Amino acid sequence: MEYTLFILLLPFLSFLFLGICGKWLSHKVAGWVGTLSLGAVAVLSYITAFTYFTADRVDGVFPTITAFNTTWLPLGDLHFDMGILLDPISVMMLIVISTVSLMVHIYSFGYMHGERGFQRYYAFLSLFTMSMLGLVVATNIFQMYLFWELVGVSSYLLIGFYYTTPAAIAASKKAFIVTRFADMFFLIGILIYGYYCKSFGFEFNEAGFAEGAFMLPTALVLMFIGGAGKSAMFPLHIWLPDAMEGPTPVSALIHAATMVVAGVYQIARLFPLWIQYAPDSLSIVVWVGAFTAFYAAAVACAQSDIKRVLAFSTISQIAFMMVALGVCLPGHESVIDAHGSLGYMASMFHLFTHAMFKACLFLGAGCIIHAVHSNEMSAMGGLRKYMPITHVTFLISCLAIAGIPFFSGFSSKDEIITACFEYSPVVGWWMTAVAAMTAFYMFRLYYGIFWGTENKELHAHHTPHEAPLSMTLPLIVLCIITVGVGIYTTLGGFLGWGGSFGSFVTANGEDYTIHFNTQIAITSTVIALISIALATYIYKGEKQPVADRLYNAFPRLHRWAYKRFYMDEVYQFITHRIIFAHISKPIAWFDRHVVDGFFDFLAWGTNALGFQIRGLQSGSVQRYAYVFFIGVLLLILTILIF
Amino acid sequence: MIQIEYILIISAIMMFAGIYGFLTRRSTLAILLSIELMLNSADINFAVFNRMLFPTGSEGYVFALFTIAIAAAESAVAIAIMINLYRLYKKISVGELNKMKW
Amino acid sequence: MSNLLFLSIFVLIPLLMLLGLWIARTTNQVRGVMVVGSSALLLHSIYLTFEFLAEREAGNLAPMLFQDAWVWFPDLHINYAVGVDGISVVMLLLSSIIVFTGTFASWKLKPLTKEYFLWFTLLSMGVFGFFITVDMFAMFMFYEIALIPMYLLIGVWGSGKKEYAAMKLTLMLMGGSAFLMIGIFGIYFGAGGNTMNILDIAGHTGGAQAIPFAQQCIWFPMTFVGFGVLGALFPFHTWSPDGHASAPTAVSMLHAGVLMKLGGYGCFRIAMYLLPDAAQELGWIFLILTGISVVYGAFSACVQTDLKYINAYSSVSHCGLVLFAILMLNTTSCTGAVLQMLSHGLMTALFFALIGMIYGRTHTRDIRELSGLMRIMPFLAVCYVIAGLANLGLPGLSGFVAEMTIFVGSFQNADTFHRVLTIAACTSIVITAVYILRLVGKILYGTCTNEHHLKLTDATWDERLAVICLILAVAGLGLAPLWVSNLITDGVAPIVDHINSASHLLSNSNPF
Repeated sequence: MEYTLFILLLPFLSFLFLGICGKWLSHKVAGWVGTLSLGAVAVLSYITAFTYFTADRVDGVFPTITAFNTTWLPLGDLHFDMGILLDPISVMMLIVISTVSLMVHIYSFGYMHGERGFQRYYAFLSLFTMSMLGLVVATNIFQMYLFWELVGVSSYLLIGFYYTTPAAIAASKKAFIVTRFADMFFLIGILIYGYYCKSFGFEFNEAGFAEGAFMLPTALVLMFIGGAGKSAMFPLHIWLPDAMEGPTPVSALIHAATMVVAGVYQIARLFPLWIQYAPDSLSIVVWVGAFTAFYAAAVACAQSDIKRVLAFSTISQIAFMMVALGVCLPGHESVIDAHGSLGYMASMFHLFTHAMFKACLFLGAGCIIHAVHSNEMSAMGGLRKYMPITHVTFLISCLAIAGIPFFSGFSSKDEIITACFEYSPVVGWWMTAVAAMTAFYMFRLYYGIFWGTENKELHAHHTPHEAPLSMTLPLIVLCIITVGVGIYTTLGGFLGWGGSFGSFVTANGEDYTIHFNTQIAITSTVIALISIALATYIYKGEKQPVADRLYNAFPRLHRWAYKRFYMDEVYQFITHRIIFAHISKPIAWFDRHVVDGFFDFLAWGTNALGFQIRGLQSGSVQRYAYVFFIGVLLLILTILIF
Repeated sequence: MIQIEYILIISAIMMFAGIYGFLTRRSTLAILLSIELMLNSADINFAVFNRMLFPTGSEGYVFALFTIAIAAAESAVAIAIMINLYRLYKKISVGELNKMKW
Repeated sequence: MSNLLFLSIFVLIPLLMLLGLWIARTTNQVRGVMVVGSSALLLHSIYLTFEFLAEREAGNLAPMLFQDAWVWFPDLHINYAVGVDGISVVMLLLSSIIVFTGTFASWKLKPLTKEYFLWFTLLSMGVFGFFITVDMFAMFMFYEIALIPMYLLIGVWGSGKKEYAAMKLTLMLMGGSAFLMIGIFGIYFGAGGNTMNILDIAGHTGGAQAIPFAQQCIWFPMTFVGFGVLGALFPFHTWSPDGHASAPTAVSMLHAGVLMKLGGYGCFRIAMYLLPDAAQELGWIFLILTGISVVYGAFSACVQTDLKYINAYSSVSHCGLVLFAILMLNTTSCTGAVLQMLSHGLMTALFFALIGMIYGRTHTRDIRELSGLMRIMPFLAVCYVIAGLANLGLPGLSGFVAEMTIFVGSFQNADTFHRVLTIAACTSIVITAVYILRLVGKILYGTCTNEHHLKLTDATWDERLAVICLILAVAGLGLAPLWVSNLITDGVAPIVDHINSASHLLSNSNPF
């Protein structure tokens, strides 16, 4: 399957072409170059997925195919390879990335219409897509790290796309530095892994592997910190809400569907190691994930910027995936079995469904922002009559994320909660509660935008209008996927059909038929419906007496949640007050005054000594004569004495 | 016959007078005079040692003659320098001639 | 063609250029001489690379190829001996690229164009000579030839506190040279006083004429510090911020790009190669110092306000990493060190070239006075971003390759001390990101607030040529590091093996 190489090469070439020649291209041509190359990538990905999943299983599992591998950089006994690895999760990710990316490319035609830097925008999108695809098909951890850095940079460039606005500059910087900080741990983890396991590869059964196993938990946890940074887990989540300063399609692609799940993907990729060598450390993943899910959901309930709400919802949903991975249990003798590792399948499934509906939500939000020219909910309200398509697609996606049956989110979330209950009832109920919060804040958002109090003044001034076809088409496509997958998997889950997601991706590669646990399914559906009803009761009407009363009853709680529990301020304090003011400044001062001062002192000392001895060379003849005569006398005396 | 000591004492007095003058006088002319004094005391020593210790030889006289000739040349040069200095700076005191000091 | 002549072309071309410059009357003639000469150097270094590879292909396994010698001062065993290995080949390549681009970066330099280029060429002659010779005395001589023109170049054509900076730089480097000279003589006499040739001396080690261990412990710090001053070893780095800040563009390029590499190269080739026992025994002291350099330089760069100061401190950090990696003493880390020299040379040259071009337009380097340059000079700004990303180790550009090789190599040392230091050095990648992004955000993004800057123009063709050449080199190294890495390993491996195989055979015997 050598042709998979083009999946990486095409976007790269398109990036180079648009980056170098973009200046001389018209917007239209640049957009088409980007979109067509991405279309080709998508087609290639689908062909790959089709051939891969329809090929025969070997010993009941899909084989891991290394389609291409070459040594990129020799590192002594180790080597840094570049290649393409195809296995169920990477193929699944190929589909997700190429689909969402293609949708975003099409959508951007409308959204970015007439923007300055249109060509640059498409170039960066290509760069991002290339890096993300490279990340998922990596054959070794170092290649993953390389593309990991590249997605970080393309995210930086795209967040800072509107580089004249200070907020975008600050946000891009923050995103890069926070993730870079996390990446440092990832790198250290890789170094430990490489040293003890004598390889960077993903073939976990090489010789010499087991003897390094005692360091593996450390290495894996360090890598998880890297993943937590990219996937915005608490307390490294602070960059993601700010990253919403970028163009909305970018948020949909990078900060909702693909890049932010890199951390989840990384754990999934190293999953056999976690299960076999570090099952205890997985609880770290669970607790970080569970806390983040709750924290982000709580914050999302109080935000007024629609993209921020979606951003926190993304954090919360990724935390769901993390938890799902963490709750996996090893089977007998630390091997993976399908049952104990239900969470793995659920996590990947949720990754897939979430990418689709969250991209749809973000793109929908983009249409709304395009229509009202504001991110604030106060500028919206009652938009359903102006924007029917956006309204319907947004509603469907909200239902999906809330976990209503027959929408894709239900199937995957239900599996996650089932897995959580198997791990521990505490985690199970905790995640159910978070799921309920999810339904609540998503419908708060939905009502706030499409129902609720209409900002008539603003709308009279500038009537909102439905977005052009190039923007609504991707919404429809993503919605169809959400609904289609939802209907099939829901029915399949209740009736026990095969061919659902579990048939493609499972922890050990074996075919797994999803069966819903009816009790859990019904409970979570009921809870979701109650939350939605609550949100409807509070937020649907023109006047919102309950909401106001709640707000008046708990002003401080609202304020804390609105300010995201002051996490940004904590970071601000650490970076500016501690690192800049108390480390960098003193070091710079030390350098200028102590180290440099020492050398200046040496120079000054030499000079001063020179001035002292200068008297001997006074130029005064008589002084010389004195010295001369004294010298003569001394000489004579010496001769006389000896 | 005059004792050698007397002559040597005179030349020593001349010598030290010269040194004293050389070290203390400010005027270049006076310094030149002091140098002449020292040279002459040396000449006296040459002559007297030749006369008293090696009466058969004449190296001491020859040396004294040489010294006188050189001293004459030297004073000519020195006086020339002094005249030029005087023309340039209107002064010949060593303390004030510090243009070449650094 | 004899090997002597073949390698000496690197010195002869600058000599001919000096002659040409001396004869040249008009500015255009001066430029013509420079372009022809520097292109010839570039072509010759590329040709040398291919010849070298072909020779290796043909199975010549000698550690140094094209060796030859011309007796110069037989009584003192001083020869003009030449020879190259993988390290020197890439260093020559680097130097010629920088000289070539430096010529274009100072295309419009005024006044005294001719004199400027005379000193510039003399400097490059010293650099090339240093890399081709294998005789300690000749190396030292070329080293001095490279240093002295710096004084005039900064003192005459510099900016700001140029006299102070030129004096400081020259005096500190001369101080280093003094140590170095003592060290070299120490090695010479310690090894029996009958050869100055590095390979011969190295061949003696462990044999009858090895340098006694206790003597090594004296000469090693001397030579290491001597070269380390030039390699910005903490705490002898303070000439670097002032010197770089005051130097004219092309001189900064050449200085940071090539001259600072003389330090790392010398440390590796002389201090460690010839004094292996001491290198193993005393390496830890310098390892701590370089570890400090790495982090300290990065932190200092965070709060500077002058573009060149930021870059100078960043160089302290990156060059610190070179020495750090050398002292880690294994093939991978030392390969990484040479890669880092190459990468740092290219990207710092790029950085300084761009800073010079921006300064030439805005007449300020204070980041508080610059903003929104992206709209005004897009080409320069985009290149600046690329340089910045290369600096913070973006994959696909050279910095990443070098840093990763160093970190992986350093981590192969099994003891905690080296491990902890490696991890400490890893933190520099975060701090680097902080200051680079702060810089880029401040000066390039945003809206321009100074109305005088609005009318400024973008790069001219000569500037574009210089910048594009460097970017191509940086990206080329970053995208396809395999062959460079192999070439370097070829040169590094014998040296590292030699150092590591030297056991402390003589450590128990009485040294004096």
